[in-house]
Amino acid sequence: MTPKPKPKLAVWKFASCDGCQLSLLDCEDELLAVANAVHIAYFPEASRAVAKGPYDISLVEGSITTPHDAERIHKIRRMSKYLITIGACATAGGIQALRNFKDVKDFISIIYAHPEYIETLNKSTPIADHVFVDFELRGCPINKYQMLEVVNALLNGRKPNIPNYSVCIECKRKGNVCVMVASGIPCMGPVTQAGCGALCPSYNRGCYNCFGPKETPNTSSLAALYEKLNVSHDDIVRMFRTFNAYSEPFRKESEMYEK
Amino acid sequence: MKNSMVVIVERKDFQNLFDVLSKRGYQISGPTLRDNAVIYDNISAVEDLPVGWTDHQEGGRYRLEQTNKKSLFACVVGPHTWKKILYPAEHTFIQVKRNGSKLEITSAEKKPPKSALIGVRPCELHALAIYDKVLKDGPYPATSYLQRRQDLFIVAVNCVNPGGTCFCASMNTGPKATSGFDLALTEIINNDRHYFVVETGSKLGADLLKEIPNKEAGIEETQTADKALQKAAARMGRTLDIKGIHDLLYRHFDDPHWGEITKRCMTCGNCTMVCPTCFCVNVEDTTSLDGRQAERLRKWDSCFTVGFSYIHGGSIRATETSRYRQWMMHKLSYWQNQFGTLGCVGCGRCITWCPVGIDITEEAAYFRKNDK
Ligand code: SF4
Ligand code: SF4
Ligand code: SF4
Ligand code: SF4
Ligand code: SF4
Repeated sequence: MTPKPKPKLAVWKFASCDGCQLSLLDCEDELLAVANAVHIAYFPEASRAVAKGPYDISLVEGSITTPHDAERIHKIRRMSKYLITIGACATAGGIQALRNFKDVKDFISIIYAHPEYIETLNKSTPIADHVFVDFELRGCPINKYQMLEVVNALLNGRKPNIPNYSVCIECKRKGNVCVMVASGIPCMGPVTQAGCGALCPSYNRGCYNCFGPKETPNTSSLAALYEKLNVSHDDIVRMFRTFNAYSEPFRKESEMYEK
Repeated sequence: MKNSMVVIVERKDFQNLFDVLSKRGYQISGPTLRDNAVIYDNISAVEDLPVGWTDHQEGGRYRLEQTNKKSLFACVVGPHTWKKILYPAEHTFIQVKRNGSKLEITSAEKKPPKSALIGVRPCELHALAIYDKVLKDGPYPATSYLQRRQDLFIVAVNCVNPGGTCFCASMNTGPKATSGFDLALTEIINNDRHYFVVETGSKLGADLLKEIPNKEAGIEETQTADKALQKAAARMGRTLDIKGIHDLLYRHFDDPHWGEITKRCMTCGNCTMVCPTCFCVNVEDTTSLDGRQAERLRKWDSCFTVGFSYIHGGSIRATETSRYRQWMMHKLSYWQNQFGTLGCVGCGRCITWCPVGIDITEEAAYFRKNDK
């Protein structure tokens, strides 16, 4: 029996900080096993060796912010059997989507000495706004165990165990005391998707929503609670406008509190 | 009560309870302070208890306060439940290895340590009885639960100081323990005297008590305890009228009020996680990267998730309203069809630990008031 050829994996970068790709390299103990199981065909952050497409699995980091990238993502889609977006930039537009709430030209004129050389789109948008995405992995950055789980599930032909429910469920399973109920600290756990292992509440801080909106998020109820906890309207806007500011539920809620 | 005995243990002799249990090989768990709350964890001495603290509980709010009394049990139930120990949040129960073309399946259950629980409240004893019915006495008992339940030693504590969201008196589950314990204590601080009225509930309990200095209870002492408990029953933070509740909720199945509740409900699942009777779990399979090994584990799940009711191609309870209704009606209606009792023991946790303070007693009262 000839062994099955290993699936070819590629990692692509768009507008992002590289943190999610680094999470993949951060798998240390498991990295060898991954390298054994897949053929890492394109991963400039890790290796200069490049193998041509098509690819079985494409991991895409970053958001679309330039006309050039808006075209490049289509090429990648055509070369990829499965396209998986990783991180808040790729799944929601990232922190750079804060510009979507303003006019990008104003920023360019303030920041760059020669604005005429800058070619950029008005908005930073998630990959799924441009091409079909097979699976989205949330987080800023992603959780390396979730990354491994998705690759693992794909290799073994099973459903990945990646829940879409709230951080609260992870938080309670861990046995944490709720920071919002016991200490009055505003926490975004009830509207944020699980996946981080309730990292912040485990250190007595409120959740910052790195993993974006959970399934059926009731942001207006949470925002009303923040008001009761004496959070100002400006701060409510800020809380919803971080890494996943341009995800629809968070964008809408933040706009409700913007004067 | 059959063969039960009532004695007095002075506060100064209370450490003996811990020592005797340790000597007999029990791992002791009980209430202790952590992160601004009273949680359940391993403890070994009286000082580990929340000495001198009391709690203030309201919908979506929990605060501790230090008092000048040195009570050991003035805080009622907190965010943890005993299911933490008896039916852990995550538990691997099967391991599978690939051996050629065959799969070798082995049990991953390991024998747990012998456990003693100190400070189990009357409502929690009733929750345990419900767990027994669901996980132990049914046609498909859960091995892990059986193992943990088997050698359990239970020291119950009666509630002379009910919490702001407690309503056991309405549910007939407290504030005094009537069965399901090895020892039951009522803590009394009277002028300068601090003692426990201790009732035995099992042979094992009576046997253990022999190793702890005690004396026969006098009429005055037992009367003091009884009076304190009667008073407690009259000052519950919440009440719930359970008369005909099963049919009442069925009559209101299509009431638009469910939709009003879910304007506030965030379907976060906190209420089910903290509920001592919620038993739902999700079963997950994991594999090694090379596909040679697999494990099957279960995790606490919640009917507030979309995945909970996912069946071939869609979720049955896609709307938030249907999910909130499922939770409340399971507790107060469906549970009766399923197990012959109510699924709520009135501990109040779901009220306190719901971030937005949705209150099962208030909602039940709404349906009662608007019932024609
Ligand atoms: S601390 Fe935050 S994440 Fe944890 S249960 Fe409370 S609200 Fe949810
Ligand atoms: S509900 Fe009753 S038994 Fe339970 S903690 Fe409160 S007073 Fe005690
Ligand atoms: S009732 Fe409260 S705790 Fe329960 S799911 Fe709704 S918001 Fe969360
Ligand atoms: S269905 Fe919901 S309310 Fe009922 S036991 Fe399960 S989680 Fe609890
Ligand atoms: S439904 Fe609420 S009050 Fe009733 S047992 Fe569960 S957590 Fe306690």
